[in-house]
Formats: sequence, structure tokens, C-alpha cells
Amino acid sequence: MLKEITVLIKKELTLEWRQKYALNGILLYVVSAVFITYLSVGAKQGNLSVPTWNALYWIIILFSAVNAVAKSFVQEHQGRQLYYYMIASPEAIILSKIIYNSLLTLVLALLGYLVFSIILGNPVQDQGMFLLNLVLGALGFSACLTMVSGIASKASNNATLMAILSFPVIIPILLMAISISKNAIDGLDPSVSVDKLISLLAINAIVSVTAYILFPYLWRS
Amino acid sequence: MGLSWWKILAIVLLAFTITAGLLMDVPRLPILNETIRALYFHVTMWFGMILMLVVSVIYSIKYLRTGNLRHDDVAIEFTNAAILFGVLGITTGMLWAKFTWGDYWSGDPKQNASAIGLLMYFAYLILRNSLTDVHQRARIGSVYNIFAFSAFIPLIFVLPRLTDSLHPGNGGNPGFNAYDMDSNLRVVFYPAILGWTLLGAWMSTVRVRLKRAERKMEDKLINQV
Repeated sequence: MLKEITVLIKKELTLEWRQKYALNGILLYVVSAVFITYLSVGAKQGNLSVPTWNALYWIIILFSAVNAVAKSFVQEHQGRQLYYYMIASPEAIILSKIIYNSLLTLVLALLGYLVFSIILGNPVQDQGMFLLNLVLGALGFSACLTMVSGIASKASNNATLMAILSFPVIIPILLMAISISKNAIDGLDPSVSVDKLISLLAINAIVSVTAYILFPYLWRS
Repeated sequence: MGLSWWKILAIVLLAFTITAGLLMDVPRLPILNETIRALYFHVTMWFGMILMLVVSVIYSIKYLRTGNLRHDDVAIEFTNAAILFGVLGITTGMLWAKFTWGDYWSGDPKQNASAIGLLMYFAYLILRNSLTDVHQRARIGSVYNIFAFSAFIPLIFVLPRLTDSLHPGNGGNPGFNAYDMDSNLRVVFYPAILGWTLLGAWMSTVRVRLKRAERKMEDKLINQV
């Protein structure tokens, strides 16, 4: 099982590396989204209030993640999916996709953070907490979005479905992540956020476990 | 056929809820005044909705285990009735909020959470309609139904309790236990929950039967040709 997962993750990485345009596209998407926000709010460095900075950051990460993960089940054509169906267990496939997509989302989030800090200023006071929250948020986003992209890939009008199916499901994770990151930006004592971190972790666990249990049924059809 | 016992019970309970709910004495409280009667018509909607969603999830699981379309009929129709209850719950809640909080929508965590919950189930309906094959629709619908329910539970039970809310029972506001000094409210409240839920189940089962009859007729037509 573990070996299967590592092989599948390696496959995803190689595939991504071979089609660099997709990766570069999504990276450019983050940078342009941040830049558009910067121009639209008309803010100079440090001019933006902290809650707005925080909300804009997470919304951009959310949309980039939706776009990045949406392709995870459609980029490979039917024949190859059938091949995976024959050689790998569905559990290994969903776990490897979730892990790979968390890495991808984390890269996007870090890039977004970097660009945000450069052009909109960096108000974050507690870096460690902020980054820990990014890791947990990326995990939750990817678990939820991977499952939803699996569902949406079975239906036509994929892009709309991806958005309407994932947004309501992802909101608990998003709200938790936003409030923890608000605490981290204000530099509050970590003990304030512990409760919320645990709830975020619990929601992540619920979503991942349901995805793990349900994916075999989805994969079979 | 006649009415089975639980349908008669539903009629009796609802008649009791409406007459007693509107006529019986309620505790006089500042701000709330007579709107406290919303307990019988608003709060019970959410109880009914959640109970019906639980039934729907159970039947979705049954469908995934057996692949029998009859289970899927139950799952979708109970979700439909639950959505109806949810819409009624959110409208009655907004009316109540207008009189007590001063606004139809004041961005209260509970209001937001229930609106998101409804969005989730509207998305479920759209997902089902965008799939054409019956079996695929049932299977993928069931998968999303269970997945959405597992996100819905933390959404409505956990998150509103972590933030401050104006809603009774949250953020230091007294809940219904504190209002209910003489247990007058309970006498109507518990029967009301049961009555509304039974009504929802009744509506769902009628629609389930309709759906099964339609499928049977379709099968007959196809097999004749």
C-alpha cells in the first residue's frame, strides 16, 4: 500500500514536470490574481486593513486551489484511467492524489504569500503559526477538492460543478483557516488558536476519511 | 388502503401544534414577546430537516452497499423534503429575526451556516440532474450526499458554537431551557417536532411511491417494444 502510494505520487510529479505549462499556468494565475487585487483595491504597502488582507489572501488561495485541483481527474484520458483501475487500489489512488494536491496547494499558498508580502506588505507577526495554518489549510483544501473533482469529472459541465459542489463543503475549512490566520497575523498567543487548530484538524480528518471510504464507489463507475 | 397509524398521528399532532401553539399561554419575555411561538414553527423545521437528512444518508449508504435503485429513490425524496423544510426554516427564521434583531439578515453565524447548508443541497440536486445515466446518477449522487453530510455536521453544530452569535442558546444568550420556567413550551414543542417530521416523511413516501410507479411504467413501455 505504502509502496503503491509513493509510486503513484512519483508518477504525478513526473507527469506534472513533463507538462510544465500546466504548473506554470497555475503559478502565473496566482501571481496575476494577486496583482489584480492589488490594483483593484488601490492599496499601497501596509495601507490595507488586516482583516481585508487576510480575506483577500485566502480567497485567492481558494480560487487557485480550485483551478489547480480541478484537472486532477480530467487531465488523463479514459484509457489510462482504466489502466490505473487495473493495477492500483482505489484507496492508494485517492491518498496519492490528496497528498500530491496538498503539496501543489501548499506551493501555491507559499507563492501567494510571497507575492502578497512583496506588493501588499506583510503584516504577519507570528510566522510559525501562520505557516502551520497554511499546511493544515492546504491539506483540508486538497482532501475536499480532490474528492469533489473526482465527482465532477464524471459529469458534463465540469467547471461549474466543481465550483458549486466544492464551495459549500470547503467553507468550514476556509472559515477555520481564516480565523487562525487572523490570530497569527495579530500575533496573539498560540494558546488562543489551539482550540481552532484542533477543530481544523478534526474537520480535515472527517473530510479525508469520508473521501477515503467513498472514493472506491466513485472509482468503480 | 386507509391511513396507517403514523399518518393519523401526524394529523393529530399537527392539529394540536397549530391550535395549542397559537392559543396556549407562553412565557412573557421582553423583546421576544409573542414571537417565542416561533419555537413551534421555526425550530421544529430544523429538527425535521436534520432527521430527514439522516434518513437520506442512511439510504444512500444502503444504495452504495446493494446497488438497488429503490434505496436511491428514498434518499433523493427525503432530501427534497428536507430542502423544503430548510427553506421554510430559513424564511421563518428571517421573519423572526426581523422582529427581534431588527433585520431579516444580520450575518449571524447560524443564519450563514444554514444558508451554506442549503447551498450544499441545491448543488446536490444540480449534480444529480447533470448526470443522465440512472445508475451513475444514483451512485455519484449517493457519494456526494454522504460527503456533503459529513461536512454539514461540523458546519451547523460546531462552527456556530465557536463564534459569538445572537441566536438563542449561543454566545451567552439564554437558550430555550432558560425561558422555559414552567415547562409550558415543552408540552407543545416535542409533539411539534414529531408532527412536522412525520409530515415530511409522509410527503417523501408519497413521492417515492410515485417515482417507483413511474419507473415501472417506463420499464413496461421499453420492454413491450
